Amino acid sequence: MSLIHLVILSPFLLAILVPFAHKYFKSIHTGWFVFVLPLFLFIYFLQFLSTTMNGETYTSTMKWIPSIGIDFAVYLDGLGLLFALLITGIGALVVLYSIYYLSKEKEALNTFYVYLLMFMGAMLGVVLSDNLLVMYSFWELTSISSFLLISYWYHREKSRYGAQKSMLITVFGGLAMLAGIILLYLMTGSFSIRENIANVDVITSHELFVPALLLFLLGAFTKSAQFPFHIWLPDAMEAPTPVSAYLHSATMVKAGIYLVARMSPVFAGAPEWFWLVSGFGIVTLFWGSFSAVKQTDLKAILAFSTVSQLGLIMSLLGIGSAAAHYDYIGENAYTIATLAAVFHLINHATFKGSLFMVVGIVDHETGTRDIRKLGGLMNLMPITFTLAIIGAFSMAGLPPFNGFLSKEMFFTGMLQALEIGAWNMETLGMIFPVLAWVASVFTFIYSMILVFKTFTGKYQPEKMDKKPHEAPIGMLIPPIILASLVVIFGFFPMLLKGVIEPALYSILPSNVLSVEVKIYHWHGFNTELFMTIGVILVGVLLYLTVAKWGKIYDWFPQRLTLNKLYDGGLVALDRGSSAFTRLPMTGFIRDYLVMIFGFMIILLGALLFFTDAFNVNLTNVAPVGIYEVILAVVMVISAVTILFVKSRLAAIIALGAVGYSMSLFFVLFRAPDLALTQLVIETVSVALFLLCFYHLPELSKKMDKLRFKVTNFIISLGVGLIVIFIGLSVNSSKLFESISSYFEAASYKEAGGKNMVNVILVDFRGFDTLFEIAVLTIAAFGIYAMIKLRLADKKGGVKGESK
Amino acid sequence: MKVNDLILQTTTTLLTFIILIFSVYLFFAGHYTPGGGFIGGLMTAAALVLLLLAFDKKTVQKALPFNYLSIAAVGLMISIITGVIALFFDVPFLTHTFGYVELPLLGETALTSTLPFDLGVYLVVVGIAMTIIQTIGESE
Repeated sequence: MSLIHLVILSPFLLAILVPFAHKYFKSIHTGWFVFVLPLFLFIYFLQFLSTTMNGETYTSTMKWIPSIGIDFAVYLDGLGLLFALLITGIGALVVLYSIYYLSKEKEALNTFYVYLLMFMGAMLGVVLSDNLLVMYSFWELTSISSFLLISYWYHREKSRYGAQKSMLITVFGGLAMLAGIILLYLMTGSFSIRENIANVDVITSHELFVPALLLFLLGAFTKSAQFPFHIWLPDAMEAPTPVSAYLHSATMVKAGIYLVARMSPVFAGAPEWFWLVSGFGIVTLFWGSFSAVKQTDLKAILAFSTVSQLGLIMSLLGIGSAAAHYDYIGENAYTIATLAAVFHLINHATFKGSLFMVVGIVDHETGTRDIRKLGGLMNLMPITFTLAIIGAFSMAGLPPFNGFLSKEMFFTGMLQALEIGAWNMETLGMIFPVLAWVASVFTFIYSMILVFKTFTGKYQPEKMDKKPHEAPIGMLIPPIILASLVVIFGFFPMLLKGVIEPALYSILPSNVLSVEVKIYHWHGFNTELFMTIGVILVGVLLYLTVAKWGKIYDWFPQRLTLNKLYDGGLVALDRGSSAFTRLPMTGFIRDYLVMIFGFMIILLGALLFFTDAFNVNLTNVAPVGIYEVILAVVMVISAVTILFVKSRLAAIIALGAVGYSMSLFFVLFRAPDLALTQLVIETVSVALFLLCFYHLPELSKKMDKLRFKVTNFIISLGVGLIVIFIGLSVNSSKLFESISSYFEAASYKEAGGKNMVNVILVDFRGFDTLFEIAVLTIAAFGIYAMIKLRLADKKGGVKGESK
Repeated sequence: MKVNDLILQTTTTLLTFIILIFSVYLFFAGHYTPGGGFIGGLMTAAALVLLLLAFDKKTVQKALPFNYLSIAAVGLMISIITGVIALFFDVPFLTHTFGYVELPLLGETALTSTLPFDLGVYLVVVGIAMTIIQTIGESE
């Protein structure tokens, strides 16, 4: 284990300490303990800048399950470092902001920061893992922590709904990605991303190539909220605003972007990849910006804006993938789209992060986020207003902010789509610049709505829940830092050269000879500049007349929306599965036993029959002594007794007699460990049975029916015969050398233990034991929850909660 | 219908200690002779069940104020951490090691990293057995 592994795991380790910090340092806001970590990690990652700038990468491998090729391999290159810096940098600012946003008296801060740290660690794991399965584990952990964070205010129904929605959609995509990972493994025999990239020739010519590509894209699109999977993102806005700023704009949703960028060297040569990534991206860009305009909630506007900006980055990555199509790529050809994608990724994190924080401040200080109630806050909150202007103007793509620069490059990339000499792009390519321009107009409109509807216009204090005033300074510092970055990157974009260039080399195919990052404000009177001027002119016009043309949003039939489809699908799934489950689930344990034993007889019987295993050879059997006969007679008598007694108590005692005799058999056959276990188990389970008694109904009449008895008779006879046959045939036909001699030799030599059974349990097969105790613990929690909640429900205590 | 069973109660208090000590012996003996975390845990649970049978639940809860669910959780945690520690020595998860050390009073003693793992098993078994018995016994 190296330092960088510890760095990835450090958020999890800190998360263990958070509840204690919360408990014992009541007077200090828990956030301060958490704040230190991302700050340190950010500084730690900064020192890798020189490594990646020299074109080098950093790797470190920790063995995990080497026998099946799973190693916790850390691979830090330009792309990974860029994301790691975003995660820790924005993370530190968000934690600082949350200290002022979440009150330490009212909120359950310990759970909040545990979830947030869990997310931070998971996200670092995603972007720094080289092993696909390890990355997948972290990937799903981001979905789970996001679920927990969205449902942070779990008493609100909308929070729970939004959390469930995001979980269902992103985990569905994650599972698809897992299937894709397995397909990749089938093709190349490796889970390592680098090895897969090295074997790109094998993958491209393989018949599983397209399915794997589709599955990976499904994972990326659901995570990055691409159309039509974007519906979870607006509902995720029920999370506290720091979470929205962090997860749902700067980091988690960009995991899909990361995946597409990371897997580009593997898949990008295929036309399917080009069309899907750029196509879904551009549609998402348009639909997101179009839908954002009609929203009235500030956070909803930002949510749809995030959807559309993610689409923008995705479409750029798609266009950029054309570079992999050509054998030789000279200077800057087709790389500008990828460059724009990376640049915009950074810019989006800065301006969207600050905008979310601004909206959080407005919400915090006025008690509402509804633009119909807001207005005229300019004089009351001058600093917040300034920050909003910077963020929104950058988002709209106006100079001199960084959003302008990346938007110009975005236009360049889209115009370049016309020049791609393949895949019908000569004719169909026109779609890209046209949609890009229209979407930019809508982006301009909602950016203006965001600022001017909130801060100018009529001040209506009677509609607000609180008397608004400027936010405390601690809450302003994080957005001020982000907004300053917006301005600094706007004036000095070349500062980012050292971050962008190495990232580009990770995304672009290896045949790209050189990438030169050149970002200028003034690039002459070209098409891109005229497009921007057009956006501003048309945008201003449409913004002023939004009341007139806004009615087109009402034309969409409400019943045909994707959300209705999702809700309907969920209800149908619920009904269908419960109907399906009710078929075998009768609620009677007797029926379940009949089913289990019935299947056992049929399956094992058929197996024994078809594999000719019924050859019973009695030559090798141990002699039967007097003790065995006596014990067997005792067991038979007690077993038969169970059949005929009328009271449960007698039945339990007879059953106990069978168990105790069994343990005596173990003693006879020199298995003291088993005998001891059986003895104690019998004792405890008889005690348990006696306790359960109280709740069982009287032995029912059903048991007296002849049909019931006959079925039971056949099944018990069948089980008995099958087990005897298996025992005998196992003894008769020894196909393999017994492994007990191996354990005899190894248990002392390798584990230092003389008790073979125990050494196997805790050492050689320790994983089994670990999972067994995990299952036991879960079962105990389940029993506890079921019985306690049922009791509470009966008393009328927490009704509804338990259902 | 509470019966004051003096003989049972008196013998139980004595017996419980003997059983508990025996269960601890079983736990430590596991690596060389029959025993181990699972059996030791069950034996401890059996001792506690005996207490529950002789006295009522409230008295036992007062004498042994444990939250058995937390005991199970702590046990699971110990086992997992034992496995994780292996990672710090650059070996796969749950790799165990052992060695011989000179301890005061005991002389040369074999110590193995399976012991804390087994302690986790022990605690889980005690925790879940008692949780189940208590919750079911309590629901009237």
